[in-house]
Amino acid sequence: MKILDFIKNNLLILDGGMGTLLQSHGLAAGELPERWNLTHPKVIQKIHRDYYNAGSNVVSTNTFGANLLKFSREELEDIIRAAVENAKIARETSNSGKERFIALDIGPSGKLLKPYGDFDFEDAVSLFAETVKLGVKYGVDFIFIETMNDSYETKAALLAAKENCDLPVFVSNAYGSDGRLMTGASSAAMVAMLEGMGADAIGANCSLGPSQLAPVVEELLKYASVPVLLKPNAGLPEIKDGKTVYDITPEEFAKEVAMLVGKGVRICGGCCGTTPDYIRALAGSNPTIPAMSEKKNDTLVSSYTHAVNFANAPILIGERINPTGKKRFKQALRDRDIDFILKEGLDQEAAGAHILDVNVGLPEKDEPETIKEVVCALQAVCNLPLQIDTANPVAMEAALRRYNGKAMINSVNGKAESMRAVFPLVKKYGGVVVALTLDENGIPDSVDGRLEIAKRILSVAKEYGIDKKDIIFDTLTMTVSAEPTAALVTLGALRRIREELGANTVLGVSNVSFGLPARDVLNSAFFVSALENGLSAAIMNPYSAEMMKAYYSFRALHGLDENCSDYVALAARLTGSETISAAGTSSADNGTESLKETIIKGRCDKARELTVAMLGDTPALDIVKEHIIPALDVVGKGFEEHTVYLPGLLMSAEAAKAAFEPISEALAASKAEGAERLTIVMATVKGDIHDIGKNIVCLLLENYGFRVIDLGRDVAPEAIVEAALRYKAEIVGLSALMTTTVPSMEKTVAMLHENVPFCKVIVGGAVLTEEYANMIGADKYAADAMEAVRYAESVEAGLK
Amino acid sequence: MSTVLFKEFTLPEVDRHEVLRYMGCKESTAETEALIDRAIEIARGAFCGKVCFCELPLSVFDSQIQFGAIRTKSKNLLKNLDGCESVILFGATVGIEIDRLIMRYGKISPSLAVCLQALGAERIEALCDIFCADMARKQGFQGKRLRPRFSPGYGDFPLDAQKEIFAILGCDRRIGLTLNDSLIMSPTKSVTAIIGIY
Repeated sequence: MKILDFIKNNLLILDGGMGTLLQSHGLAAGELPERWNLTHPKVIQKIHRDYYNAGSNVVSTNTFGANLLKFSREELEDIIRAAVENAKIARETSNSGKERFIALDIGPSGKLLKPYGDFDFEDAVSLFAETVKLGVKYGVDFIFIETMNDSYETKAALLAAKENCDLPVFVSNAYGSDGRLMTGASSAAMVAMLEGMGADAIGANCSLGPSQLAPVVEELLKYASVPVLLKPNAGLPEIKDGKTVYDITPEEFAKEVAMLVGKGVRICGGCCGTTPDYIRALAGSNPTIPAMSEKKNDTLVSSYTHAVNFANAPILIGERINPTGKKRFKQALRDRDIDFILKEGLDQEAAGAHILDVNVGLPEKDEPETIKEVVCALQAVCNLPLQIDTANPVAMEAALRRYNGKAMINSVNGKAESMRAVFPLVKKYGGVVVALTLDENGIPDSVDGRLEIAKRILSVAKEYGIDKKDIIFDTLTMTVSAEPTAALVTLGALRRIREELGANTVLGVSNVSFGLPARDVLNSAFFVSALENGLSAAIMNPYSAEMMKAYYSFRALHGLDENCSDYVALAARLTGSETISAAGTSSADNGTESLKETIIKGRCDKARELTVAMLGDTPALDIVKEHIIPALDVVGKGFEEHTVYLPGLLMSAEAAKAAFEPISEALAASKAEGAERLTIVMATVKGDIHDIGKNIVCLLLENYGFRVIDLGRDVAPEAIVEAALRYKAEIVGLSALMTTTVPSMEKTVAMLHENVPFCKVIVGGAVLTEEYANMIGADKYAADAMEAVRYAESVEAGLK
Repeated sequence: MSTVLFKEFTLPEVDRHEVLRYMGCKESTAETEALIDRAIEIARGAFCGKVCFCELPLSVFDSQIQFGAIRTKSKNLLKNLDGCESVILFGATVGIEIDRLIMRYGKISPSLAVCLQALGAERIEALCDIFCADMARKQGFQGKRLRPRFSPGYGDFPLDAQKEIFAILGCDRRIGLTLNDSLIMSPTKSVTAIIGIY
């Protein structure tokens, strides 16, 4: 019998712990247990057999850490072959009359993925792929990915399994006492991502005892349509009289697990501390299982921390990460100024967006590469789910593959070609896809026409195995100034799709007012009408006060805002103008302070305000010369003389930066360019992930007017050389924190001297000293950010 | 004896003087105090207090130190462990969220990023302190005392020992602590160390 058929009518009992048993057979601390498949096959076979005999339907091969990070290619194959062989022998020699399956066990790699670790996502996929291929080669029944404590690594492992075999894949995560993975994902977020990617069972294992995992299990049961798996520890270990004991007995364990089986768990076993006795008690308690649960219909998208559920309330999708009609944004894309885009994301989050649309398409840019880079960079600093917005299927796949969670996808439409390109990606990577009600014949001008297309899209999606819950219809907002009944058709189609098809809907609202004055007024009125007609989500400008007023009012009026607390919070943020500020950023006012004093004290908002006011009657360059630079000099000197400390220096630098913003706008408008300054490429060297010091140097250099290209952290020497050449950098600044990354710095310095002889190399970081810097061939060692600024000034003076 | 145990601690109140010290400030101003307030507010709920640890017998021969599968030479560590018969090996972390916040505020406000970084340093040291106090109390029941904790990279104790420490403790699956190729730990606000028992 196939395992998926078996689960339909039976409780599937897994095995228990392996590590604890191996230790009792003499496995030493720090020894790799996977080698025991080769050195102690009889022990492994006995443990497997004991589990089968105790009532397990499944044993997992002793391959938890079997991967190429720990073993050579040859040894890995030997280990996996022996591991599967050991399980097969146990299955043949067991006296159990039950159905018996073998799972290829895959645990975490032990490395943290980028951006917080140094392990690349694709390298992780390749790593797991090797293990999967070998397991399949030697004949397992299914793949069991377990104890994963990071959502991104879980995705890599599941992707590797799906791409390299047709076997069922069960995925289980290690949740902490806070109900989240170590890297922050909630169980709902994991269901969204894993089910979207086609996991055959989803669950929780390790970390805690069964009753402590109950809240996680209940959450999994609430959202998962596939069977839910539970493999808890025998509680927590403690040492009593020199012996390790777990605080839950087999009988207690069986009782607690059985209770969760009663709630819907269909696959269960034990993890650390559990033995065949625990499995025997569990199998013996013969828990009754409820019938397979019905499919869940919640529309979920997720990030690496949380899921956004469309059932809860209308969702706001921020539209600002989009170059269309935005000169500055286009320039940022051309300059690869990722920080500008990140700032746009963070500002929209602060303004109240729930999801961010990401569109970075420019005709002259490599869109797949750009969108991948932007998605990864956004996910490093912002935990909102993203909507991948592109018409290019290659870019769409690049972004979806790297996305950590279940993304929204913008968009598919009723054209056969569009569905052929997009639906396979939705099926493979998971996602909630925006479906435009248009087809080869264009946009129907009737409600019926749009409804028909929606029905067709649903039926084609079904052929691909995509549920209705993962399709969200856009009935297309048209311009009322061009066609008086345009909005009525859009709203009519919206209502009927909600009522007749029971599907979710989305609109980009702002198009309705195209060509008309006071667009926000009309947009917000249209938004409310759409919400009344059942709109599930809007792609909109979260900075628009009118839109936010409409949104929060609607929620308060529809009983979606308890105690009207969100509405009250909005009221506090209304500034009376057209835009809306982030919560709690207004500064203490101090009327008489000059701009220079304000910058010295480090007050960002005030510095910006004062500069804007001064620009009315003072030339921009005078403000720079008479206020900003003198302020920076005061603080810079203070820092060098140890009367100002790092935070003070930085706060002033930030205030200066805030003052520069309106000034550079004014300069751009008057086309008066300041003098060209040096270009400085900055990077933290390969292998090093500490970049706070480098960021400080970047900020200060920018303050003093230098053109800074920040390559980020963990940057390969080749990439630094390439950037130095491309930007014709006069100076490259390198940072390293640890002795272990200094060789990487040394290599980078050598490559720079060889390939970019016109460029000076300045180095810094906790581990470096003047001598060290000389030894590795750097032109300059800077102990702190001010010293880097002074050096850049001296290089510039020398070039003049 | 070599079983690795896991324990979660609730962290004590933030010691603002320590935060200030980690920021490199010899004295405080109203602005830095406000900065610390904001950092504490932003990082509320961001910290966990996870520790995995085990006790191992210690042997020394020819100035080579051995516990578990770890063999190392280090005069400084040898001195620290003088007279000890066993050691506690531990890994501790306050979690990944503070790294995220530091990176996020690196884009928004570097001064806050520096302050969050100092706060993270203060938090992980606070975690190590309460863990060590807890261990000292337990060992005290058996009439034993503890030496100050000693980490790879201190003095001449090679950073390379991290690999074996991670292998013994299984830090990745127990507390989510990983080691990269350059022997840098992620989450960054983490500590591994050895405590001599005498």
